[in-house]
Amino acid sequence: MATLDEPAAVRRLTDRLGFGAGQLDVAAGFTKTAAALLNPPPDATQTPEPDLGQEIARPGKAAAGTAARKQATQAVAKQELTLATWWLDRMVATTTPLVERMTWFWHGHFATSEQKVRGPRLMQRQNDTFRQQGMADFGVLARSMIVDPAMMVWLDAQQNSVRAPNENLARESMELFLLGIGHYTEDDVKAAARALTGWTVDRDTITARLVPRRHDDTAKTILDSTQNYDAESFVNLVLSQAASPRFVAGRIWFRLVSATPPAPDVLDRLVAAYGAGRDIHALLVALVAEPAFVDSANSLVKQPVEWLVGLLRSLGLRPDQWPATALLAGLRNLGQVPFEPPNVGGWPADVAWLTTSAALARLHLAQAVAARADVSMITTVSAQARPEAARRLLGVESWTDRTTAALGKVADDPRQVLAIAACAPEYVVSR
Amino acid sequence: MDRLTRRRFLFASGVTAASALAFGATQVHWTDLFAAAQQNPLRLGQGVLVVVTLYGGNDGLNTVIPAADPAYQKARPDLAYQQNQVLELGEGLGLNPGMTGFKSLWDDGKLAVVRGVGYPNPDHSHFRSMAIWQTASPVTSVPTGWLGRWLDTTGDNPLLAVSVEPVLPPLLAGEHAAAVSLPVSGLTMPAGQLGQAFLALGGAQSGDGPQVARAARSVVDLDNAVRVLGGAVHSSSAPAPTQRPQGALGDQLDLVAELIEAGVPTRAYSVSLGGFDTHADEKATQQRLLTELDKALVPFVQRMHRTERGQQAVVLVYSEFGRRVAANAGDGTDHGTAGPVFLAGNGVKGGFYGEQPSLTDLDAGDLKENTDFRSIYATVLDKVLDTDPGKVLGDYSGRLDQVMA
Repeated sequence: MATLDEPAAVRRLTDRLGFGAGQLDVAAGFTKTAAALLNPPPDATQTPEPDLGQEIARPGKAAAGTAARKQATQAVAKQELTLATWWLDRMVATTTPLVERMTWFWHGHFATSEQKVRGPRLMQRQNDTFRQQGMADFGVLARSMIVDPAMMVWLDAQQNSVRAPNENLARESMELFLLGIGHYTEDDVKAAARALTGWTVDRDTITARLVPRRHDDTAKTILDSTQNYDAESFVNLVLSQAASPRFVAGRIWFRLVSATPPAPDVLDRLVAAYGAGRDIHALLVALVAEPAFVDSANSLVKQPVEWLVGLLRSLGLRPDQWPATALLAGLRNLGQVPFEPPNVGGWPADVAWLTTSAALARLHLAQAVAARADVSMITTVSAQARPEAARRLLGVESWTDRTTAALGKVADDPRQVLAIAACAPEYVVSR
Repeated sequence: MDRLTRRRFLFASGVTAASALAFGATQVHWTDLFAAAQQNPLRLGQGVLVVVTLYGGNDGLNTVIPAADPAYQKARPDLAYQQNQVLELGEGLGLNPGMTGFKSLWDDGKLAVVRGVGYPNPDHSHFRSMAIWQTASPVTSVPTGWLGRWLDTTGDNPLLAVSVEPVLPPLLAGEHAAAVSLPVSGLTMPAGQLGQAFLALGGAQSGDGPQVARAARSVVDLDNAVRVLGGAVHSSSAPAPTQRPQGALGDQLDLVAELIEAGVPTRAYSVSLGGFDTHADEKATQQRLLTELDKALVPFVQRMHRTERGQQAVVLVYSEFGRRVAANAGDGTDHGTAGPVFLAGNGVKGGFYGEQPSLTDLDAGDLKENTDFRSIYATVLDKVLDTDPGKVLGDYSGRLDQVMA
């Protein structure tokens, strides 16, 4: 195992527990940077959650094509835009990047898409739950998600009744959220679906409610245990399985450290830190302390949102100062828009992002960002020194000869220097 | 042997990227190769495979519908189509009413319907089952897709396979090679020094880790894709912000049609349509999606029929699983097992293949598969892609050869 030197290790820390170095003082070294990320003072930024207003009443199918229907669609689209822009802005502005990074992680883990939910207020509530509960007891978050209004709409939980259960939420909870494939049977899925019967969503108040007559109030056998399970006791049962902590720790490893699974002894230590309290924060502290965290082999391709947010943080550019649709259109071309994961499994990881069309979309977005950036740090130095100036601006510890040569070709144009630097392989990949 | 000839040799003889890399061949000026490919485009007689993935688990029983079977009506009281609603195919089966174009292909003897396709010990997870279909490995997890492994056998030429999606489906990832991906809006490289600088980011560099090397490689592949494919594609203006991440299936297939007709040397294309995970209120949703499939795919097949190169194309349509026989309470269906696969195009012999699964002899409420999906892959690998299936599918030896002339 080759270990990263300290500057590279610090950059990895800021990439993985946040969105890049940004304005952080990385000269403080690994230990102090880790402490600053893991135990920050309260967020100092002024990014209050937007008031999205009332739930948009949606005319029924009979109204298809009418002006009223069109108006409702536009009103929802406006709420979607407001919400997505706000979250991007918060990711860029926050002084507690780990909180937003974990909110982003949970959004990909409990992947719920606005494209089906059609309720930005519900998505906002779920997002806030990730933010409030995402760094403490995973049990609390899991019990919130099983009756989360956006999640329920997304996985058809409202259609799940005693008369004939709908398995969608039960299956994905065990497979993707809490336990992992291979640790339950088809019979467990069917019985779990019965435990989750009877919940309904009130979109106006953004609440979920159990309707007793729709609930299966009889004994169910799930994971070899028989009792009258309901939503909460089902979640508790699943979380108590030996495979659950290993699954949760493995998913966090997968997104924050490497697409290659951790060694068994590493996983053991992460699970020990997570412990009976299912403490996500303690798990993250243990993760950072692992020698494997700074193993040079554990590179990870930045997801498009992570790449863009990191770039904007480095440049001090706020998304709320942007034409609202421009950044989101760029992200759409890269294949990743917040609140629109492609499916309940979340976004792909690592090299799947490195497609030819993404390479071009990334350049276009980098050019758009560079056009608005303050490039005086690059402009004020000689053409020869500009690659180095861009390196410092983006917080990369060194350029390869390849990138230096590429930047040399555009050295007369500081904005092109910045755009090319943002597309450099060593910036696209978190070393 | 001069440089160009040597590279042509490497290309033609199927030397893999691994050995090419070992000899420092990443520094190959692929430009030469692709210029050659441009002068020597898709040859007549070379088959082209177009794979259409239906994401979410399409309900096979409401696609190829056993409307005459009382067990079908009984299992899905509110979800069933009546006999007089379906587009009759014979043998008690009919197509979903949204698939009028498929019906006309069927009537012309151009549509093959393979029934009951799946694999043993079916998995009800979208992700596991889709991985099984895309990797063609039903038992063990493997990191490569079946067309990715085919790409590996061709000598690491990513242009041989093209995906029309921003994210590469596992289907097209090989051990050494990955398909290029094209946005529906087309590809153009930036001009002037910016383009040159960008391209320089793709140069080989010793000491690159695997991800960094892949990031650099994506730039080189992009440049090659632009050279060979870019000119064939109508470059449209920037997409509207409300546009969905993937172009509609019809847009994807229009692009594929243009590329095939322009004679680009690509042999395999991947397109997709999502939204088939119909746990609730299935009937209208699925019919709308199948109508979209019909309205996109059938004109494509007809268009392909009109040109010589187009006649080399074969379309394969599949989904990761079918759905449970019985409806659930929300007028939807939960994850099931076997489903139909469609094949259309040059050399495909229309008609039914495989047995229609019984609706009364079930496996825990699910259909029993009777045709292994790999038998279809083996046949198209051999008959369309001119590749020994053993190189891609290991020791699997099943075939469905009767489906192709």
